[in-house]
Amino acid sequence: MSAATLPVRFEHQFDDPAQQRHAATLGMWIFLATEILFFGAMFLGYTAYRVYYPQAFAEASRHTLIAFGATNTAVLLISSTVMAFAVGAAGRNKSRPLATLLFVAAALGATFLVIKGFEYSREIHEGLLPGRHFRIDVADRMHAEMFFYIYWVVTGVHALHVTIGVILIAFFGFRAWFTDAFRDHDTPIELLGLYWHFVDIVWVFLFPLLYMIDRHTS
Amino acid sequence: MTAQTSATSHLSPFPSHAPSPSYLSVRHTISSWLLTTDHKRIALLYMASITLFFFVGGAAATLMRLELLTPQGDLVTSETYNKLFTIHGVVMVWFFLIPSIPTVLGNFLLPMMIGARDVAFPKLNLVSWYLFMAGGACAVFSILTGGVDTGWTFYTPYSSTYANGHVIAMATGIFIAGFGSIATGLNFIVTTHTMRAPGMTWLRLPLFVWSLYTTSIILVLATPVLAITLALMALERAFGVGIFNPALGGDPLLFQHLFWFYSHPAVYIMILPGMGVVSELIPCFARKPIFGYHFIAYASVAIGVLGFLVWGHHMFVSSQSVYAGMIFSVLSFMVAIPSAIKVFNWTATLYKGSISFHTPMYYALGFVGLFTIGGLTGLFLAALAVDVHVHDTYFVIAHFHYIMVGGMVMAYLGGLHFWFPKISGRMYPEWIAKLAAVTIFAGFNLTFFPQFILGYLGMPRRYHVYAPEFQVLNVLSTAGASILALGYILPLIYLSWSWRYGRIAGPNPWRATGLEWTTASPPPKDNFETTPIVTEPPYQYDARAPELEPA
Amino acid sequence: MTSRAPTSLTNLINGLVLLALLALTIAVAYINLGPLNTVVAMAISGAKAALILLFFMQLRYSKPSVWIFAAAGFFWLAIMIAMALSDYLTRGWV
Repeated sequence: MSAATLPVRFEHQFDDPAQQRHAATLGMWIFLATEILFFGAMFLGYTAYRVYYPQAFAEASRHTLIAFGATNTAVLLISSTVMAFAVGAAGRNKSRPLATLLFVAAALGATFLVIKGFEYSREIHEGLLPGRHFRIDVADRMHAEMFFYIYWVVTGVHALHVTIGVILIAFFGFRAWFTDAFRDHDTPIELLGLYWHFVDIVWVFLFPLLYMIDRHTS
Repeated sequence: MTAQTSATSHLSPFPSHAPSPSYLSVRHTISSWLLTTDHKRIALLYMASITLFFFVGGAAATLMRLELLTPQGDLVTSETYNKLFTIHGVVMVWFFLIPSIPTVLGNFLLPMMIGARDVAFPKLNLVSWYLFMAGGACAVFSILTGGVDTGWTFYTPYSSTYANGHVIAMATGIFIAGFGSIATGLNFIVTTHTMRAPGMTWLRLPLFVWSLYTTSIILVLATPVLAITLALMALERAFGVGIFNPALGGDPLLFQHLFWFYSHPAVYIMILPGMGVVSELIPCFARKPIFGYHFIAYASVAIGVLGFLVWGHHMFVSSQSVYAGMIFSVLSFMVAIPSAIKVFNWTATLYKGSISFHTPMYYALGFVGLFTIGGLTGLFLAALAVDVHVHDTYFVIAHFHYIMVGGMVMAYLGGLHFWFPKISGRMYPEWIAKLAAVTIFAGFNLTFFPQFILGYLGMPRRYHVYAPEFQVLNVLSTAGASILALGYILPLIYLSWSWRYGRIAGPNPWRATGLEWTTASPPPKDNFETTPIVTEPPYQYDARAPELEPA
Repeated sequence: MTSRAPTSLTNLINGLVLLALLALTIAVAYINLGPLNTVVAMAISGAKAALILLFFMQLRYSKPSVWIFAAAGFFWLAIMIAMALSDYLTRGWV
């Protein structure tokens, strides 16, 4: 029999805990819809330039570091899985396993950022940061630089979202370990999970679009 | 049990229990206002702020119209003039029009109209206001330190490379304020979905709620695109790399696509709430149920959805593909249809109604006429061939001012007057209010009708000089603007006066239908003494309310 | 709000399937399918996204109103990209 998932306490504007939970869930999904449009504008920029300069984009894409990207994708997928387990633990009121799982998910998120950091520094070293020191051995240098501008901005914005997620998950981990904030009140964990899964979905689309436009030509 | 846990704990078991104190008198400290989570107080915080911004934007317009009295550029330099129209546009669009009805009337009334105690996320509501103010502070900083001359549209590559001025500060201000709007929209959507009182089904909602709901959907889906677009433009400006600059292989039209993907729906954010107000005013002052409730409700949603499909009509002469232009043109004609449906329904509501000419009705009728003119001229602009001729002329300016000022601002004033007794507990003096309404109507038409002619004759917008043959019409327009300004100052004076000294209004001075009128004026903090239960459709005017007695 | 929730087994299997799809993504990228490469890559990404949405984000167990909110964001993005492409793809015509 599943344990209670409804909070005992709820805010004054609501009539009952179920209403509050429904409102919070809807609110988080609307927020995620705004995030889709937020990232989406960058996807439009990518699409427009890839349609116009397919060759430059393909060649530029081959300069991305696929080992880093692939590893990072796996790291985020595993982190999402761990987060799903955490939500389950919260629903069953298991606060220590919940905290542990949250810490693991946060650690994996931090791993993503560390790998990304190494990747960025490699790319700067190879001259792939747009600007004065950009260098690349591609025929259409201008649009290869365009590709990398989009790469840096969209992965940067994504990394910002990952950072926020890691901080929040770790914070919730501490609260789960040291307080009973989430006893019979798993909604915050569930909503944080929605955010984290969304961040994962964005990367799931970014990975092939940025790293693997044309890997089959050498 | 810790916090209040029962929906009925605030109910009194004794009918003679004294009524709760009003939301205004609960506490009087500054922190009780600046840290309030009461949607009604937050509405007043917004009302004060947007009024301030309205006069900032109005001041810029005043200087522009003064310059345009003469064909030569003799009052200000061209660069200053460019900064003036940019400030006017930015402030009026993002810091007045977009917030206005939703954050003032919407915040105050939405929970009451659906029978709720507050919005779904009251603390987020307060955060919205602070985001708005922080954004406004950035914008004011940008203005005070020299301003921006790119136009409110920030077209690249000018804005991202060559423009002088504090573009990044201005963009940051809009970016931050945008998140305030997103939060408000999110709050309204969730509130409408989850907090309706028992019996308040979707099709019993007041039409104002339908329009706020649609507006909120546009807010949450369109504004994020603006945010990222301004951020990309700012990055391009700050770091000299980017995607909008042709010198770097970029496409300036990409900026325009992204910008207008937000900014066209933004105009529907601005007008839909005004239409919602008119849908409340006309039934009340015609003493008739609204004609075609379902049509108006669904037309609101249709406007919201179709409004996302037409943005390319701002780019007909931009070198956008002519085939895309054709698609956008057809869709722009289509988006006029739901608006027209609303106008027909309002008119049909008036037919055989028992019409009384109180101030809100003046504004509502003014809206219907002026919005129709503005909307019809939109069709001129939607026609590709005509647009080639009138794009970037005063015709466009007249078109959108007819909708935004002749429509939206009049709806806002009409709504303010209609709900003023509810918000403040007092009535305003009718005679001066009517005088102000007539002054505004006359001043408005004198200001903007000549601009249709000017635009058609070829006077371009955003120039501080013009050909001498346009002077007469420009002088008429400036004369109208001074009358309009007087008209706007009057409500500022008499509504402020009435707040303290107006006649006590009572719960329902207009004998209007709607849950907000069933509670005290001003309302108690939790809006209702007992949670209302809804059993009837809205606007049951013939059925119950007798002939309106003079206020 | 969630009448049921995914079991731990469901979550585990979902995670493993996602990793398998990742491997597939990488493998397919090295095979020359011409223009289909992008289509297949996006299809696999779409499948991953669907699995995350349905199971991890519990859409499969949620009310229809939540599905609409979830779909709205993607749908609106599709509108933006499609209509902008109507310009980008046809500018060269005429």
